Amino acid sequence: MGTAFFLAIRRLRPPILVLVAVFATGIAGLVLIPGTDPAGGAWHLTIAEALYFMAYTATTIGFGEIPRAFNETQRLWVTAMIFASVLGWAYLVATVLALMQDRGFRAAVVAGRFRSEVRRLAGRFYLICGFGETGLLVGRALDHLGLRFVLVDIDEARVQEAELLELARPAPALVGDARLPENLVAAGLRQANCAGVLALTNDDQANLAVAMSVRLLHPDIPVLARAMRRDTAANMASFGTDHILNPFAAFGEYLALAIASPGSYRLWSWLTGLPGTTLEPETAPPRGHWIVCGYGRFGREVVGAFRSHGLEVTVVDPDESPQDGLAAVRGLGTQAQTLVEAGAKDAAGLVAGTDDDITNLSIAVTARELNPKLFTILRQNLQANRALFDAFQADIKMVSSEMIAHRCLALIHSPLLAPFLDVVRGESDAWADQVIARLEASIGGRTPAIWTVAATAGSAPAVHRAVLFEGRTVTVGDLRRDPGNREETLACEALYAMQKEKPVVLPPDDMALSPGDRVLFAGRSAAREAQARALRNLNDLEYVLTGHEAPGWLWRKLARSG
Amino acid sequence: MNLEKVVFGFFIVLAATLNFGFVYGDIGDPHHHHVWEFFAAFVVNVVATVLKLGDRTQVGAIHLATSLVAVLQLVAAALVWFFAAQAEAGVSPGAMASIVSLSAGALLANVVSVVILISETVVQRR
Repeated sequence: MGTAFFLAIRRLRPPILVLVAVFATGIAGLVLIPGTDPAGGAWHLTIAEALYFMAYTATTIGFGEIPRAFNETQRLWVTAMIFASVLGWAYLVATVLALMQDRGFRAAVVAGRFRSEVRRLAGRFYLICGFGETGLLVGRALDHLGLRFVLVDIDEARVQEAELLELARPAPALVGDARLPENLVAAGLRQANCAGVLALTNDDQANLAVAMSVRLLHPDIPVLARAMRRDTAANMASFGTDHILNPFAAFGEYLALAIASPGSYRLWSWLTGLPGTTLEPETAPPRGHWIVCGYGRFGREVVGAFRSHGLEVTVVDPDESPQDGLAAVRGLGTQAQTLVEAGAKDAAGLVAGTDDDITNLSIAVTARELNPKLFTILRQNLQANRALFDAFQADIKMVSSEMIAHRCLALIHSPLLAPFLDVVRGESDAWADQVIARLEASIGGRTPAIWTVAATAGSAPAVHRAVLFEGRTVTVGDLRRDPGNREETLACEALYAMQKEKPVVLPPDDMALSPGDRVLFAGRSAAREAQARALRNLNDLEYVLTGHEAPGWLWRKLARSG
Repeated sequence: MNLEKVVFGFFIVLAATLNFGFVYGDIGDPHHHHVWEFFAAFVVNVVATVLKLGDRTQVGAIHLATSLVAVLQLVAAALVWFFAAQAEAGVSPGAMASIVSLSAGALLANVVSVVILISETVVQRR
């Protein structure tokens, strides 16, 4: 039983004792005081009768004087008992009401409910610490993908917001500090079905503490931790945090990729997009002179990306003096004068990267008036300002919460996706364009579902059995046949495979699977469901492999005997 | 000295002694078992149970369990008494014997409670 229950009965002890005492005294008095019958003789109530009388009198139900009319002495005693018992009840009710309003008690009740909800979770779930903008995006997307999650946030308002989300399956939420291990344990950290932890609070120290707690309390599950500062990231890496998400560093990488190989960048952002988005047209930052407004954590990463490709950069910042050989202009960038000084009239592009949304928009609008052909990269800090940023139509928009959410989802959802994306990063622009063309032709422009098929007994029992026990050959191409009509190809493509622990990029259709191999697919979710039938059902697999309908068990028996 | 401990010990021991006093005597003889003693034992047992509520320790749990057993036994005895008293001739020796034996069960639970109380005190060094 929970803390709340013990807290409640402990508080209710005194009023209950008072009531027991009143009842006992009342009964004793009623039995001892003699009544007078019509004939003038004395009579006594029995203990049972007295208990009955006290029960209905004390609760103010008042059936009257049963079994017969009382005399004056009895009535005097009853009057005293009525006052005593009403006071007793009032005391009890007041204690109960006070208990209900007690913050500690309410917190204990909520925490108890949360614990039991977490314990009852069936199947794998993720633990999200910090439910700000990033957490919200990740939570929605996980729900969309049919995965469950538990969330812990220090801010009560955010937890209430989470309860109002229209999720397919409810997510247990706890108001508490994620830095405290006991809160993480309450949220199911040590449960065997906890599949991973996402530390997404806006406090680097808290994320660090979460990552550390997970390493010590449940070492074999992955931790994804957000780190806004490089030193936190280094600290997390030192004790083996699986994935460290620094949105600014990640954006620097993206930007470097976009400059070096726009096609790869496009493929990358398409595959890691949130469900429901579409393939965007190619946007390559032009080479030439760039202006970067705001030289903070974000600005430094961006400048680093530009300089690594030999682009000329001018920094605009109110308090940064030129360093590392950078050209710099002092100012905010919201005034035309400053931007002209920085060379906006003939620059190729502009980055509005301060930590204030309105300043960024103001910079971008002013710059575009000066030079309409300017390529703009706009940093959006808050989801709430989304409408403004959408209206401006920047060439590249950087939203750090979305950036982290994309990464988390890609990592959680499909562990094979990360190595494939690394391949994408290393490949040429032309290669990426080819892959995009192939994928777009077979699955359309919407963000594809990404999934992994493993030739194991758990994930694909039919395939595992056919390959391991029956010595059949199952190829990647077979997995792309429609179990409804094998001449049709499902709307999915194999991107990457681990064959006998060796990576294969874009596995060909004739690649045969061995037990334990894993293949990464991208495609429509309908194709995924159709494919799952052939993976699980031997008859469907038989049809997909040979075109023959496998005979049923009874038919086989009859055929053999006949 | 702690007043709470005094009250706690007082009620537990009183529950056991009253219960013993009621049970003592010839088992079937209604003259040896007074209704007021039963009433007192019952009330004190209920009070002892309420006093034990809300203690989360292992010993507290056992304490509460013994009291609940005692109260349950006494409720059964009270019910038997209630129905036996409806008879014309009053409580028969047979009915009295079952009332007393039920109360003896409660007495055993109370003795266990007292033993726990004493051993707990002995273990405590302070």
